[in-house]
Amino acid sequence: MADGQSHLAHHFDSMEQQRESSSLGMWLFLAQEVMFFGGLFVAYAIYRFKYPEAFAVASGYLSVGWGAFNTVVLICSSLTMALAVRAAQLGDKKKIIQYIVATMLLACVFLGVKGVEYTEKYHHDLVPGPAFQYVPDFDAYTVPVTAETAHPNFAGHVQLFYSFYFVMTGMHALHMVIGLGLMIWLIVKALRGRFSREYYAPVEMTGLYWHFVDIVWIFLFPLLYLVWRH
Amino acid sequence: MSENAAKTENYLNVKHTVASWLFTVDHKRIGVMYLATILLFFFLGGVAAVLFRIELMTPTEMFMASETYNRLFTMHGITMIFFFLIPSIPAVLGNFLLPIMLGARDLAFPRLNLASWYVFTFGGLLGLGAIIFGGVDTGWTFYTPYSSTYANSNVILAALGIFVSGFASIMTGLNFIVTIHKMRAPGLTWFRLPLFVWAHYATSIIIVLGTPVIAITILLVAVERIFSVGIFDPALGGDPVLFQHLFWFYSHPAVYIMILPGMGVVSEIIACFSRKRIFGYHIVAMSSLAIAILGFFVWGHHMFVSSQSMYAGMIFSILSFLVAIPSAIKVFNWVATLYGGSIKLDTPMLYALGFIGLFTIGGLTGLFLATMAVNVHVHDTYFIVAHFHYVMVGGMVMAFFGGLHFWWPKITGKLFPEMLGRITAIIIFIGFNLTFFPQFIVGYLGMPRRYHVYPEEFQLLHVMSTGGAAVLALGYMLMGVYLLYSLILGPKASSNPWKAAGLEWTTPSPPPTENFLEPPVVKHEAYAYTEEDTYRDDAETKGDTHG
Ligand SMILES: [Cu+2]
Repeated sequence: MADGQSHLAHHFDSMEQQRESSSLGMWLFLAQEVMFFGGLFVAYAIYRFKYPEAFAVASGYLSVGWGAFNTVVLICSSLTMALAVRAAQLGDKKKIIQYIVATMLLACVFLGVKGVEYTEKYHHDLVPGPAFQYVPDFDAYTVPVTAETAHPNFAGHVQLFYSFYFVMTGMHALHMVIGLGLMIWLIVKALRGRFSREYYAPVEMTGLYWHFVDIVWIFLFPLLYLVWRH
Repeated sequence: MSENAAKTENYLNVKHTVASWLFTVDHKRIGVMYLATILLFFFLGGVAAVLFRIELMTPTEMFMASETYNRLFTMHGITMIFFFLIPSIPAVLGNFLLPIMLGARDLAFPRLNLASWYVFTFGGLLGLGAIIFGGVDTGWTFYTPYSSTYANSNVILAALGIFVSGFASIMTGLNFIVTIHKMRAPGLTWFRLPLFVWAHYATSIIIVLGTPVIAITILLVAVERIFSVGIFDPALGGDPVLFQHLFWFYSHPAVYIMILPGMGVVSEIIACFSRKRIFGYHIVAMSSLAIAILGFFVWGHHMFVSSQSMYAGMIFSILSFLVAIPSAIKVFNWVATLYGGSIKLDTPMLYALGFIGLFTIGGLTGLFLATMAVNVHVHDTYFIVAHFHYVMVGGMVMAFFGGLHFWWPKITGKLFPEMLGRITAIIIFIGFNLTFFPQFIVGYLGMPRRYHVYPEEFQLLHVMSTGGAAVLALGYMLMGVYLLYSLILGPKASSNPWKAAGLEWTTPSPPPTENFLEPPVVKHEAYAYTEEDTYRDDAETKGDTHG
């Protein structure tokens, strides 16, 4: 396993069996990821159904511009990742590295923007916890006076939105950081000349993972940023 | 087959250093490491049970306050469920046997398998830490707001332990599914697989799809506690019932994570000691999958009195009844296998027969509980406790020890003293029933669970229960003693002491590191039993072919 030629682990009979195994393993991993985020989405959906006004108002404080920008960035990173897999299939070591570096740069841009957004929420006391402060501004058009917004715990419901905002985007960002780690590992492997036309499973699997992380964001963006727009 | 190779090298004696164990990627060694780890938790959970059973002998407070009592039953529940039962058969016997039964050299991802043991052990240490720092008093279910608003901070530690060890389950389940799909020996078609493998396949599906949901639930509780936000706190707009939904969405299927592998073990044992092909092989295999799938749609039967709508309750009730069908299919098919078989009452068989009887009682009382009206009457009483223990201890623990005895010669290469094994199996069976049958009665009479002071008229039943627990503990200790004895001084086992038909019995005991001396080719299914070799050839068993 240590040298460049024999990528076949001792317990597999053929490269094909090994590749199919890692591919099935990755899909199963993604299935459990779907259930993990699925639990979060269910909890989010229930509270949004319960407190529609609070969620709409809270969502109004998120920057749609930054969210949309990040969506584009992530979709581009999926493209560069797909190109990296393609380069791996063709056995083009140099291009693998180039495309992975491009993917990593885009990922860093995304995380940077996320950092800017988090800081902004921090300065507006919108981070859930003891420091959370929200006073409904009934004069602004975003907060109509209704039975729900007049509820004494309206601010608490707004905080609930932000709890989900931070947990969901935080878990998503954590998955991206893990993806970055995987890509560093891929670059090291590529530099050592481990990949060939016959053996590129790690690139392919990381690609699958990265596309999944993108898809999660495709759901998160409208659910969190566009609530008040409907 | 080269007998010399078998004599000189197997997975146990290939290397002896501690590092060779801690860094092994051999599924057999990892299985043995899991065995040692979970037995430690079984012991801890058992000690807690003995302590609170002693307290329950008198209707008034004897030597512990309510807080201590609450912490003990919580410790018992958490260690037994999350750190013993869930990993018990899959991570020990499944880990050891699955690749051998498939004719593979290892699981598909050996390093992931080792990682799962480390992750599990780390999770277990976090759980132990919670106990050492004073314990948790929420009950194993961690219901909010007990676990959020009203709990001490050890809750985070205990919950984190469960969160972490959940990932170990996922790693194991994922590994099993891939291995079963991709690594079967030539000739081993899906319908030649042992039912043990089918059961583990179904279990793994539940693990992979269910465990992440409890992970995210625990994460949300942790966020609620750490940032003091109200995700499940009604005072802050949260909904405590949502926690129950999310919790039971995993924890009901988790019951099948705990019982399905036991059913797989019992199928193997029943076939071997009846000298017959298992009756209705295909439908027994499919019933495992049916249980796995249906199991995801019945969680609401835990919430009939938790403000769930009546109509939701009715649907959950009907769906829960449906799960009884595949379970009953298994029981009927085992009994049909016994019918006309040449039955031999060796130790594993005694456990398997115990399983059938006790699981049937546990399963049928489950139907009482799925009936909404009865459920309201016995909700949160000892009836639930008895039902649960008939399924989990009468079912799963019996199956685990049955399987451990059945494959002990394969795992260790040693024979245990058979007569002592049979006596112990009977002691455990009697102790178990004496402990838990009175709890059905006391629960039906209205004794609520989780109280250590109770009306005097319940004392007799509680004393019986405590006496039974003492017998049960004696049985387990006896087993520990003779198994340890056999490990050191037991006679060597041949490759197939039970004359069983499965693939795992064609390789030496203990198996070589790569499992088989020559790559196996499978020509028939796992239950090719004939009546000719009905009785064990004692000469071959006691002496041995491998020197
Ligand atoms: Cu249930």
